[in-house]
Amino acid sequence: METVTITMKNPPALYLEAEHICPDEFAGKTTAQIAELHVYEGNVTSTLGKYFEISGNAGATAEETKIVVKGDVKKVKYIGMKMSAGEIVVEGSTDLYAGAWMSGGRMQVKGDIQAFAATAMKGGELIIEGNAGNYLGAAYRGDWRGMSGGKILVKGNAGSDVGMYMTGGEMVINGDVDVHLATHAEGGKITVKGNAPGKVAGQMVEGEVIIFGTIDVMMPGFKYVDDVDLEIDGTTAKFAHYIGDTGERHKKRKGQMVYGNLYQKI
Amino acid sequence: MTKTVTDVVCPFCGTLCDDLEVSVTDDGKQILDVYNACAIGAEKFLHSQAKDRITRPRLQQPDGTWKDISYDEAADYTAKMLAGAKKPLMYGWSSVNCEAQSVGNEIAETCRACVDNTAAVCHGTTLIAVQDIGLPTCTLGEVKNRADTIIFWGCNPCHAHPRHMSRYSIFPRGFFTGKGHKSRKLVVVDPRVTDTAKMADMHLQVTQGQDYELLNAFRVAIRNEWLPDVVAGIPKEKIIEAVTMMKAGRFGIIFFGMGVTQSLGKNHNIDEAIAVTKDLNEYTKFSIMPMRGHYNVTGSGEVLAWQFGYPYSVDLTRGFPRYNPGDTSSIDLLNRGEIDAAFVIGSDPGAHFPISAVKKISQVNSVCVDPHITPTSGVSKLHVPVAFNGVETGGNAYRMDNVPIDCRKVVDAPEGMLTDEQFLVMVRDRVKKLKGVA
Repeated sequence: METVTITMKNPPALYLEAEHICPDEFAGKTTAQIAELHVYEGNVTSTLGKYFEISGNAGATAEETKIVVKGDVKKVKYIGMKMSAGEIVVEGSTDLYAGAWMSGGRMQVKGDIQAFAATAMKGGELIIEGNAGNYLGAAYRGDWRGMSGGKILVKGNAGSDVGMYMTGGEMVINGDVDVHLATHAEGGKITVKGNAPGKVAGQMVEGEVIIFGTIDVMMPGFKYVDDVDLEIDGTTAKFAHYIGDTGERHKKRKGQMVYGNLYQKI
Repeated sequence: MTKTVTDVVCPFCGTLCDDLEVSVTDDGKQILDVYNACAIGAEKFLHSQAKDRITRPRLQQPDGTWKDISYDEAADYTAKMLAGAKKPLMYGWSSVNCEAQSVGNEIAETCRACVDNTAAVCHGTTLIAVQDIGLPTCTLGEVKNRADTIIFWGCNPCHAHPRHMSRYSIFPRGFFTGKGHKSRKLVVVDPRVTDTAKMADMHLQVTQGQDYELLNAFRVAIRNEWLPDVVAGIPKEKIIEAVTMMKAGRFGIIFFGMGVTQSLGKNHNIDEAIAVTKDLNEYTKFSIMPMRGHYNVTGSGEVLAWQFGYPYSVDLTRGFPRYNPGDTSSIDLLNRGEIDAAFVIGSDPGAHFPISAVKKISQVNSVCVDPHITPTSGVSKLHVPVAFNGVETGGNAYRMDNVPIDCRKVVDAPEGMLTDEQFLVMVRDRVKKLKGVA
């Protein structure tokens, strides 16, 4: 795998929209060609080379291309948007829409990310070493299809509306989450190792949510069923099992009503 | 002698009352009295007559004093600011007629600006919920003639929409509601005992910030599923009683306000309330309607959606419309430091935005177009006073149920004053010249 390193040298006065920082765009291009890719600061279109120093080589295809992003990119949006293969490593923190609509490959952010990361993600792997913002793995506004595949790992905390309209894939959050986890979910699995304040899995049709910590206010649409033993990361523990949201529509499969499942560690 | 102008439309709240009568002097220059309006509406007409009103644009000087300039100079300044900015924000539009909003959108498109209206801090969350699951709604005429079960959720029309109850929702005797308020059941959901709540047949004093849970419990109760003993401070029996009452009516409606749109849960509260409405339609006829605040905030949403496809928080910086509240909404743009110029018209973010966002307005180049002196005009570099829409100029506005109503001019504006539309046309022509667009 070939590596391209881009380093921020002229930070933007406002914010930069840089959806072309993506292995699919860099593949098969020389550093000079990469420097000519467009970026947008407000209504002004300029080039990647104006803001970043670019070194290394891109692979022939996206699979063979790794991008390392260095310097302060806290004001850069859309890094890794629509990536389908290859790898991105962001050394620090980045802004909105990181890995949005990604369908493959691996993206690692060593700092924090802001809202709308992994919007409608279809596949691949997103690893956030710091904290994630709101709407992680959620649907785009008005869409009923959130994250449908792939894996997300957040080592810190995540914000509100995580996994809204999620239909598939897997998400693990090592810290706490804010309100509205897995709202409207129709599939997928979310594991939260920390606490959730409430409004967990409201309007959930199908899917799985596992909470290790506390839930301050339980949704009335979730009904306790039984205690179960679950094995997660090699250790087995006892969880209270709830089904719901009983106020929402549900499908029948083999004559049985299919509910969303919520597990809380006892 | 005086003359009376009849069928005047009130340019204050989203109820858009169209039965006002205003007596004016014979020369049509001064308003003497306003009839049929509520206290707020009457005041809107009467304070346009203030003798100390600002009638010329004012530019703030480095020492904080204001210097009067001409409308031409003000249009030059505004056009230069908007055309020169990388990401200008054009916010407000809710107390402006649709004709002016359309001209404003043309400027935004030419300058590639962000356009947003006051829904961003009001019913924007409603619009998000509507995009997520739709809206079973009706007109206020249908409410007057048919509705027998009225629910006010997180709103206080006694004070915010004073004539709403007498014109449409509670007291009028309609075609199928001949007994007026005696034929209607009123449920109020509010954490406070408001004056509206005092009138209710049933007041559900929900725990603050738990409307989503209560709405969810309504849905569970509608489906006869298991419920916890208490949800959001309301006993299970009371929830079942309320749902039974709602199912039993012939035509029900949920009116909701900022108590649910801007409290914890935001768009999800409305999402769930719309789902409740949808579920109730299995048993009876039910509708839901947002209690829109400014008299033409609905119109701004209509004009934006008609021209750009989205009802608020539209970002045109890339030359095509994009929309994602959280990224393209005014407070986020300001707080994150994403914009480099602010143009505010027909609204007062200075009084309603968080102080951190107001500070940002004061730090960038800014223009405020407003007949009044407001906290926003105070922090802006240029203040352009204009004629009062609906008092000194007519134009189209949309009522809260999306019914367009033409406003009426009652008196002349002070001599030499322009309307919003006239000023915006001047700015638009200058912007087009600066940008080299024919």
